Amino acid sequence: MPTPAKKTILIVDDDVDYLYQLKFQVEKMGFETVTAESQHEAETLLNTIKPDLAILDLMMESEDSGFILSYKLKRKYPDVPIIIATAVSAETGMTFGINTEEERKWIKADLYLEKGIRPDQLHREIVKLLKL
Amino acid sequence: MVVDDEPGIRSGVSRILKNYTINYPFLEDDISFNVVEAATGEEAIEIIQRKPPAIVLLDNKLPGIQGIDVLQFISAHEPNILVMMITSYASLELAVKATNIGAHDFVPKPFTPQELRSSIENITKHYFLRQMTRKLHREGKQVRFEFLTMLSHELKAPLNAIEGYLRMMQEKQLGESLDDYQEIIDRSLSRIQSMRNLIMDLLDLTRVESGKRERDLQDIDLTLVARLVVETMMPMAIQRDVTLTLESDEPVVVKADADDMEILLNNLISNAIKYNVEGGWVKCKFSKTPTYATCSVSDSGVGISADDIPKLFHEFTRIKNPLSRNVSGSGLGLSIVKKIADQYGAEIKVESTLGKGSTFTLQFPVSAENPA
Repeated sequence: MPTPAKKTILIVDDDVDYLYQLKFQVEKMGFETVTAESQHEAETLLNTIKPDLAILDLMMESEDSGFILSYKLKRKYPDVPIIIATAVSAETGMTFGINTEEERKWIKADLYLEKGIRPDQLHREIVKLLKL
Repeated sequence: MVVDDEPGIRSGVSRILKNYTINYPFLEDDISFNVVEAATGEEAIEIIQRKPPAIVLLDNKLPGIQGIDVLQFISAHEPNILVMMITSYASLELAVKATNIGAHDFVPKPFTPQELRSSIENITKHYFLRQMTRKLHREGKQVRFEFLTMLSHELKAPLNAIEGYLRMMQEKQLGESLDDYQEIIDRSLSRIQSMRNLIMDLLDLTRVESGKRERDLQDIDLTLVARLVVETMMPMAIQRDVTLTLESDEPVVVKADADDMEILLNNLISNAIKYNVEGGWVKCKFSKTPTYATCSVSDSGVGISADDIPKLFHEFTRIKNPLSRNVSGSGLGLSIVKKIADQYGAEIKVESTLGKGSTFTLQFPVSAENPA
């Protein structure tokens, strides 16, 4: 049985250590990865590649870089699922979530995950979003 | 707004307040009054809904709905309006009820122009103080919230990174040999170091911000402080292949706290070394005139774009560009520098060219008898 082409996952985070760890985990799950350290770098990358899924950090250059990137990515590739990985809700007590239709309209992410999520949970979510 | 069914009272109030102004030492402009009249409670509510006034003088006995009803409406819908009840006879019951609903004051009817003015002065003072308190409270809360959000983000990021690396070790994800983990051990140690720096900077910031701290103001030769700081920084400069020099021909004396000056120079010089290039230089120069003591720290480093210069002194601002991405910093250093400089009335100037280098200049007034 021929194996299907490996799916490519874009990971964007300005924390090089977090980026390294996430890349390591995601590759161990059997995916290809491309990484970027900033919203800007990610946008440049997206000019040449179309990932199958993207995992974005929320706070990068500015507090809403993740939102902006997510918005731009969806405009370019509406079919690419986006996970926003954030530590924000734990830090501020603000809760994020995309539950209502209105929130979904302007927060262009498919899923919010807390940073520090266990690799097996992350794997499950990725599989679900990629409909594998 | 004055609400009374007697036209004489309404026009009287208008006349008394027309040319009346109040000034408070804490406000720049004099306060004058613009009087709107309402003959009934219904009319009053309509005006409030259209354009709420700051103060309402309210008679209780009105032809339609009573003053107390208007008061109830105000407390429910426009609680910022201050209400002064006009009472024709002393009715304790009414007074208690009105106070419970939120009336601020009473003025007995009939009143003399002077009585009205002094009541108005009181209530106006209350109005502005309340507004100012609210504003300060709001701003203070906002700033504090942002600071804490950023702080917890900055403190948690290294913890997350180190935790992640430890888990990789725990699960032996990189192999059986300790050598396989050398890189992530180094990374973990480096994150711990930057967290330690952040905590040190936070302590400095707290120290600078707390007004209670007694500063020990003495005549201090800045060049001596700089010499100490340069000595401390030398190993870091050598490690990064940056030439660090101190130029001073004569003592430059200011009245200041030695610890403050050390924190200042430490931050400026360590930034100049950190945001530099291999083979670069850092020069620390001092000069003085009869009115100013000047200290400047120049470097051949990565530079700052004109757009980014205004952001430099904000807490947790770390200017990110490809040249500075490997520099670790707490993002607090320059905001500490700014706070200290402000306390001494010193001016900070920044000149910079992206890719060429920056010069930070601090100018202390020396003529001031009592700095800060």
